[in-house]
Amino acid sequence: MARYLVTRAWHSALTLLLSTVVVFLGVRALPGDPALALAGEDRSPEALEAIRHHYGLDQPLPLQFAQYVERIVQGDFGVSIRTGIPVSSMLTTALPVTVELSVLAILLATALGVGAGVLAAVRRGRPAEWLANGLALVGLSVPHFWLGLLAILYLSVAAGLFPASGFVPLLQDPVGNLHHIVLPAVILGTGLAAIIMRQTRSAMLDALSSDHVRTAKAKGLRPRAVITRHALRNSLIVVVTIVGLQLGGLISGAVVTEQIFGLPGFGKMTIDAVFQRDYPVIQAVVLLTATAYIVINFLVDLLYSVIDPRIRVTGDPA
Amino acid sequence: MTTVERAAAASSAVGTPVLEVRDLSVTFTTEGGTVSAVDRVSLDLASGEIVGMVGESGCGKSVTAMSIAGLLPDSARISGSVRLEGTELVGARESVLRRVRGKEIAYIFQEPMTSLNPVLTVGRQIGEVLQVHERMSRRAARARAVELLSLVGIPSAAKRVDNYPHQLSGGMRQRVMIAMAVACGPKVLVADEPTTALDVTVQAGILQVLRDLRDRLGTTILVITHDLGVIADIADRVVVMYAGRVVERAQVTDLFAHPYHRYTAGLLAASPTPGKHAGTERLQEIPGLVPVLSTQPDACTFADRCPAADEQCLDSAPPLEVVRTGSAVPVTDHLAACWHPCPTPRTQPQETTA
Amino acid sequence: MTVLTVPMAEASPASISRRARVLRRLRRNPLAVVSFVVLALAAVVALLSPWIAPYSVQQTDFAHTFSPPGTPGHVLGTDDLGRDVLSRIMLGARASLQVALLAVATSLIIGVPLGLAAGYFRAWDAVLSRFTDLLLAFPFLIMAVGLAAIRGASLTNAAVAIGIAQIPGVIRVVRSDTLRLKSLDFVAAAVVDGASDLWVLARHILPNATSVILVQATVAIPAAILGEAVLSFLGLGIQPPAPSLGTMLATAQQFAARAPWAAVLPGVVIMGLALAFNVFGDALRDALDPKGDR
Repeated sequence: MARYLVTRAWHSALTLLLSTVVVFLGVRALPGDPALALAGEDRSPEALEAIRHHYGLDQPLPLQFAQYVERIVQGDFGVSIRTGIPVSSMLTTALPVTVELSVLAILLATALGVGAGVLAAVRRGRPAEWLANGLALVGLSVPHFWLGLLAILYLSVAAGLFPASGFVPLLQDPVGNLHHIVLPAVILGTGLAAIIMRQTRSAMLDALSSDHVRTAKAKGLRPRAVITRHALRNSLIVVVTIVGLQLGGLISGAVVTEQIFGLPGFGKMTIDAVFQRDYPVIQAVVLLTATAYIVINFLVDLLYSVIDPRIRVTGDPA
Repeated sequence: MTTVERAAAASSAVGTPVLEVRDLSVTFTTEGGTVSAVDRVSLDLASGEIVGMVGESGCGKSVTAMSIAGLLPDSARISGSVRLEGTELVGARESVLRRVRGKEIAYIFQEPMTSLNPVLTVGRQIGEVLQVHERMSRRAARARAVELLSLVGIPSAAKRVDNYPHQLSGGMRQRVMIAMAVACGPKVLVADEPTTALDVTVQAGILQVLRDLRDRLGTTILVITHDLGVIADIADRVVVMYAGRVVERAQVTDLFAHPYHRYTAGLLAASPTPGKHAGTERLQEIPGLVPVLSTQPDACTFADRCPAADEQCLDSAPPLEVVRTGSAVPVTDHLAACWHPCPTPRTQPQETTA
Repeated sequence: MTVLTVPMAEASPASISRRARVLRRLRRNPLAVVSFVVLALAAVVALLSPWIAPYSVQQTDFAHTFSPPGTPGHVLGTDDLGRDVLSRIMLGARASLQVALLAVATSLIIGVPLGLAAGYFRAWDAVLSRFTDLLLAFPFLIMAVGLAAIRGASLTNAAVAIGIAQIPGVIRVVRSDTLRLKSLDFVAAAVVDGASDLWVLARHILPNATSVILVQATVAIPAAILGEAVLSFLGLGIQPPAPSLGTMLATAQQFAARAPWAAVLPGVVIMGLALAFNVFGDALRDALDPKGDR
């Protein structure tokens, strides 16, 4: 297992380094003088000179990169051009919202997706399977921001069931917080739930026709034990993979969902930054997303080794 | 009483049958129509005997085995009767079958690689049977699993009990399967190609374990195989199947000495015998394949591959009858279904002694 | 469990009989037929929309803004600037399909050769899997944000961002199918006969990998349609006043209080298109699945 973990860790670190390079070069790929882009409103020659010096733009590229890495390691993502607030402090207020939204969405989607997937596989060829398959197809095809719009129009504005927008921090008012965030989380989770359901269903169908499930039946186990202990447990490996791989889609979705529901998360910060050409913020957001994706997928790899003894012991993925 | 039933009754006189199979038929409904896999198979297993069931792949051996404890998929239609010490299993409620499976009738499958759950320790998989049928605690079940592992000849069982299947060799895994199967002391053990996926040396060890189980626990064993060597090694009696039907049934020595059905003769000719083929004579293969039948015809299903087939073989199905050896004392436990059986060399020696 | 062994004359891998069988299976599946008809209609409308749309999409009419659906002359009503909603939906759908096809073409043009290389040449595999890891670390929206920041927001940039984000998926399926095909006898035979690597890839592997590429495309197109809608909704895709279903929804959100119905139709069209592709993709995968043969 040690070998497996070392390989995984090394790959993750390499990917992280490469993405940092990409983000670093991205700003340099901007048309014109990056100092101009980073300067914002104040474009006096003195200000530009100061910026060049601060970001080391007068230095050779490799050295600039080293300095860039040194700054972000210290948590210095620069200062927002528009607001003058350090990007790191913007992130500290925005991130908890996004993390809460995403975690809730993943939990809801996993519960719903795994449940429906198992049901569809066990009730093969019956109405329950058709219903689950149909709903999954719709969930896969519906633009969830549109679903969010409709939900605001009909559930929040017309029926008054949920607040249409706004946010209350979790620690300040847990109930109010949940009230604000549950609808966006459901909307965000629909696509993921559909994907998880389809993957769970096909993994369960494979598992249910496998030799070891036949053995379990031949032992005289109850159907429930056969399904949960012998089929589902093996299918969970697939589900974990899917959640890891779909994380990118989820982050994309979170940006839109926050925009629609007016949640003050990192998605809203991103979109505002694009329109205001707030490059330090964009740079930080892109780098942070990549880091989150890489770190979480490394954790997923660790989780594999917990679920699947073949990896835990030999280090070879099944 | 038909000939078939009389014959079956005769053979069951050997001992009390633990398992009685009567006119068992299985058909499958598939996308391409129905397929008849097993056709009116009758079979008795006496207590403590080892019966071999042999035939090419696709002849219905495995389906017969699986249908005994109702393990076939929903697409299978089963008719006939399977009685375990008098209790009817065909059409029995799922809850009844669940109490039978693993406790009264246990299975060993061909692929020890895939037949064990990769994500559970072997101890847990063995213990599970005991927890379900014997209401043992998880701890007691684990302790018993260690005993069972040593019973089937796994060294340092106390350590192996916590291993996962992928940490064991193929032969070890098959021993684990056997330990799991015999955990509750079943009356009948169905071993479906138990040694096919294993090396020859390992194979001998597994067969020895099965023999020991019969000798020590009196377990009745049905061994399904395409390998006549396995049959010769372990079985007391043999049932030969072809295209879903039983075509010949005999004591193992009898069958090997005097195959009666043309198909059995073909199978034997296709298997090497020590000394006999050395030199010029080569092994003979049976041309063609086992047919896939949508309905069972009133004809000999082996006719199109049989060297001795004629009009009669295509017109009506030969009944499974006690073979006529020409001797004064009929051998009542040798049955075959063939219109033109192999010439029996047995007649000569028996006549001279008579 | 091998219940049945069916003697089957196995046809050569990419034979015509196989294609005929797949088509026959598709024709027999009502869902496949319905989704195909929907897609064909959508394609015709999208192709001809500049000519068959009842109004010019830019034609404003400030006297008749926010007419509800069913208004004479404007079947689906008008928007905030009095433009005809039906015309804008038709051209918006055209733009959606345009972006989706452009995106998927981008991902295939880059992804298929890389997938073939990763599956066929051992040395490439490690490098390319780091490359896909890197691509995966930038979700499509973040990629679009970056592209929009560097090159500005446009239809092309949206398509490129979506396409790049879809490359890892293409590489993955093509790579695994190449690995499978490489181990088959007919490829080994070609190699033994002295065929060059490029020849084997082009003549033996690629033609047999088309079915997985096709299935991947039918999965990628609806995802790209949704992606375009999201980007345009956020203002990172097609720029107004050009018609787009995503921007129509953004406008509808702004004026939700005055014209709540405006949010319904563009969404239904997006979902309909994506659903038709997804349903057809499922049917195609089932039809291609050799396990369902016979």
